[in-house]
Amino acid sequence: MLTVEALAKRLGGRDLFRDLAFTLARGEVLGLAGPSGAGKTTLLSILAGLDSDYEGTVRWDGSPRLGMVFQSPRLLPWRTALQNVALAVAGDTAKASAALQKVGLADAGAVYPARLSLGMARRVALARALAIEPDVLLLDEAFVSLDPRSADQARGVVLEAVKARGMAVLTVSHDRPDLERMAGRIVELDR
Amino acid sequence: MIVATPELPSPAAVLAVLWSEAAHGPLLADLGATLARVGICFSLAMIAGSAIGIGMASSPQFGRWFDPWVQLLLTLPAMAVAILCYIWLGMGETAAILAVTLSKLPNVVVILREGARSRDRDLAEMARLFRFSRKSLFFDLMLPELAPYFLAATRSGLSLVWKIVLLVELLGRSSGIGFRLHVYFQLLDIARILAYALSFMLVIQLIEISLLAWLDRRAAHWKR
Repeated sequence: MLTVEALAKRLGGRDLFRDLAFTLARGEVLGLAGPSGAGKTTLLSILAGLDSDYEGTVRWDGSPRLGMVFQSPRLLPWRTALQNVALAVAGDTAKASAALQKVGLADAGAVYPARLSLGMARRVALARALAIEPDVLLLDEAFVSLDPRSADQARGVVLEAVKARGMAVLTVSHDRPDLERMAGRIVELDR
Repeated sequence: MIVATPELPSPAAVLAVLWSEAAHGPLLADLGATLARVGICFSLAMIAGSAIGIGMASSPQFGRWFDPWVQLLLTLPAMAVAILCYIWLGMGETAAILAVTLSKLPNVVVILREGARSRDRDLAEMARLFRFSRKSLFFDLMLPELAPYFLAATRSGLSLVWKIVLLVELLGRSSGIGFRLHVYFQLLDIARILAYALSFMLVIQLIEISLLAWLDRRAAHWKR
């Protein structure tokens, strides 16, 4: 589904990473572990097509639909939780509502992001990414700041989509035990 | 102690003139003419200025091309713009509207350009990844993000536009508060000058208190 070969990124005159290579198969959950500043977020931006300034090869099979949970939730502050999710699915509020329900936020649809805790906002962001039924889900420290129960619930929702639809997941974190709870394989990203 | 003289009429005398001009004189018709000009010039300047400002922030080439013109208009006195428009286009309504619009335009351009430059890149990336429609990009992302800048341009614009409208009316129109102030200036009728000026200030204050305050609340309803 995804092949990355000899990927290199320079930032501010230094190599953020170089000679990075890995593959991601359909239905696979791949973890990428690395300390802060190792380029995890930059790597996800490259894979998502948001950063085209790199060397090497990023090859997707076909044009898979990508969903992403960013490190910060990136919700529109002037739209409610439900509206934020619905915007990703062309205004389909039924779909958005179902996605919120899955992440345990059925009652928070009418709430604006400023009134959500960070953990709740992250779950709204996860609902938004899952609502589009992506072929590939990119998770950037997605379960940080969730309480253990909510984090387990969120992982469960993601794994359910992996099992049901063969969705591939690439999850990055500085917290290796966090990755081990979900990923079938972990690649280390050294500084 | 307040002493009423022909040069400084008492507040009661000014209010009496205001009432009399509204009931029996041309005040309401002049007020309507001026407000219509303010409305047209303000709308034109906001629409064109927003488009140019956002365009300048979005395209460096467009920005470089427009920047000298914006600088020129910013430093050009409104009086000079009005006189030139009247000379080149004749003493008509088109010249008056164009003069006021051109005087307000650079102010809107600069405010919206700075607003568009400070837009959140993270949200733009998110919208790109989730393939927001063009309509959503405009109504759900750009408009709310730029709302504080639209409000700033509206507030500063309103106070600027009505003053320039009075100026162009004084210079070359035969209706409106500016025209009437010019007439009473020639007659040295200070009570009427104050009454007409007061009437317009009251209307602008009313717009400020009702419409702009409502827009302020509406634009910030999502904040904690």
